[in-house]
Amino acid sequence: MKPNNNPPVIGLFITCLADLYRPEVGFATIKLLEQAGCRVEVPEQQTCCGQPAFNSGDFSTSADIARQTIAALDGYAYVVAPSGSCISMLHHYPELFDDQDPWKARAESLKARAYEITSFLVDVLHAELPNQPYSGTVTYHDSCSGLRELGIKQQPRQLLAQLEGVELKEMEESETCCGFGGTFCVKYPDISNRMVSNKTDNIVNAGAKTLLGGDLGCLLNMAGKLQRQGHAVEVRHVVEVLAGMTDQPALGETQSSIKAG
Amino acid sequence: MQITSPDFKDNARIALQDVGLQKALGNVKTGFPHKRAAAIARLPEFEQLRDEARDLKNHIIEHLDLYLEAFEAKVLENGGHVHWCRTADEARQTILKICQDKQARTVTKGKSMVTEEINLNEYLEANGVTPVETDLGEYILQLRGEHPSHIIAPAIHLNLEDVSETFHAHHHKPKSMDPAVLMQEAREELRTKFVAADVGITGANFLVAETGSSIIVTNEGNGDLTQTLPKTHIVVTSIEKVVPTLEDMTLFLRLLARSATGQEFTVYNTLSTGPRRPGDQDGPEDYHVVLVDNGRSDMIASELREMLRCIRCAACMNHCPVYGAIGGHSYGWVYPGPMGSVLTPQMIGIEQAALLPNASTFCGKCESVCPVRIPLPKLMRHWRRDEFEKHLTPGAARWGLGVWSFVARRPALYRQLTRIGSRVLRSLAGKKGRISKLPLASGWTDGREMPAPSGKTFMQQWQEQQKARQSS
Ligand code: SF4
Repeated sequence: MKPNNNPPVIGLFITCLADLYRPEVGFATIKLLEQAGCRVEVPEQQTCCGQPAFNSGDFSTSADIARQTIAALDGYAYVVAPSGSCISMLHHYPELFDDQDPWKARAESLKARAYEITSFLVDVLHAELPNQPYSGTVTYHDSCSGLRELGIKQQPRQLLAQLEGVELKEMEESETCCGFGGTFCVKYPDISNRMVSNKTDNIVNAGAKTLLGGDLGCLLNMAGKLQRQGHAVEVRHVVEVLAGMTDQPALGETQSSIKAG
Repeated sequence: MQITSPDFKDNARIALQDVGLQKALGNVKTGFPHKRAAAIARLPEFEQLRDEARDLKNHIIEHLDLYLEAFEAKVLENGGHVHWCRTADEARQTILKICQDKQARTVTKGKSMVTEEINLNEYLEANGVTPVETDLGEYILQLRGEHPSHIIAPAIHLNLEDVSETFHAHHHKPKSMDPAVLMQEAREELRTKFVAADVGITGANFLVAETGSSIIVTNEGNGDLTQTLPKTHIVVTSIEKVVPTLEDMTLFLRLLARSATGQEFTVYNTLSTGPRRPGDQDGPEDYHVVLVDNGRSDMIASELREMLRCIRCAACMNHCPVYGAIGGHSYGWVYPGPMGSVLTPQMIGIEQAALLPNASTFCGKCESVCPVRIPLPKLMRHWRRDEFEKHLTPGAARWGLGVWSFVARRPALYRQLTRIGSRVLRSLAGKKGRISKLPLASGWTDGREMPAPSGKTFMQQWQEQQKARQSS
């Protein structure tokens, strides 16, 4: 990578799930951005994007959280998150404000600067990845918000294709919802359970060693189901593989659980 | 029909365990989407047609009054009658009155979801008029005393065995598993009914303002007999079906057939434009159009306005993973799937229907296939907002959301609590790295493991790193 005297400063929006469940995803995202010549900062005043409130119909709380997030992410050339779902939510912020409200313009500005990590690397930075030691077969789940709201489909695949050791084995119906849906999976557990079972059938049939995706909500859901069913497929966020950070155990596993099989 | 939308969760649970239903649903999930995809692949301008259709529908809704009046004027000019009905009740009474004026004893019916919406069959029956469904699927359901589970394939929840048994029980013929034989049986039964009917009732896929015509599209041709054989033909339809010209109609027909069944064109496209004229070989003596509002004009002035673009193609439910898992009856009223989750609260009230717009992951598949680009997730979210603002959200969910939003608006507190949460979850998981049973999250852990956090929160680790960097 060329040395860059004026690197773009990226505000990392870590997302609540990566913050809590999978810090490695944050560090892998930072590594990818730095490799591509960016400088990364992590604004303190961020919490969650507010999607649980928005999708529960609580628009006033959503607007409060939107204002907090907009203020936290002001001033960055770009805002990047390891999640299509959370970035989609940031893209919804303008809907929360009236045209006369000064927050509307700020929300529009954030929307224009906010990217999901794989689409930022491919569409904005046209990044070339250094090769990584990872080798093995992977299959990819297209999470709904990223796919249908942000058009993320080829970007992660293009990046994976740059890694010599990665072989992508597509599953059937990779674009079908896994049944996570935020609060949906606890409000309608029976339906969600059926949807994720259909999904794990397709994952297992793909015959890959690792399931990758770009959204931790979906990945936790699918990992939890695969493990309950006793399947050995390991589950990771795609940035872990792209950044060559696959030393740590996969989702829901520990060193000892791997040994115990 | 009895409303069971408040029991949606129980309905769904039962449906998920219903082996026959699950087998039948396999046809929805694979058959329709594949056929649609193939049809669209053969029409490169499909996406452009969707834009045109969306824009044209928006224009029509903007000027709905004008187009409806133009349509009415043409119908009158052609010698027909138009009845404007504000409510389902007005519509039922109007239709009954026409039947009674004709001293009708039986009416044949083509497939019509609007007559389901106004619960016409039960009303006619209670008032001494016998309705006979002539669409094969609807006919089967009528024999079984059931309602449609899908808006274009009403009996899609049944398997061949079910039909075979139903016919055996009602037709008193030897049991057959041959679809051709069953079809022939139905045909014979229905033929006498077609001839005996005093009134024929059909729906309409579109109304054409320029000519005063209504059109029905079917693959069986039963609708043609329904509207040409009896002396009186009543078209029962809703106000948003009007389009300006015949040419405009063809735009929607192209989209409808492909989106619904993956056909280039539906087999029978039958226009009817008023009563029989002197010299006509057939056709009804009397022609009525019953225009049902039933909450639609309220939608024009609301955020639900975009829903009025719907052309009832069923693509949204054919592609919906929730519909595909539980079938149409679980939704508990006439319109199932994503379009139903938007329409039903409008028609029966959000108080009864709140579980429907919540039963979506917002995966967005429905919107991505809708031929008139209705933003279905956004409209379902509109109902969730309505539910929340009317304080109808269930107590526990509202409380949980309240606590969460209190914390999410306070970053410092949020940091502390996530640190604690991370520690608690990790200790519950122990060496395994995942939790198999978590009482407060049993909705999750009943069906799956919960992976535990892999370490301290990102924010904690990040801040520790930053500090270490500064001090070094
Ligand atoms: S909402 Fe769209 S996809 Fe669903 S039935 Fe109506 S037109 Fe078809």
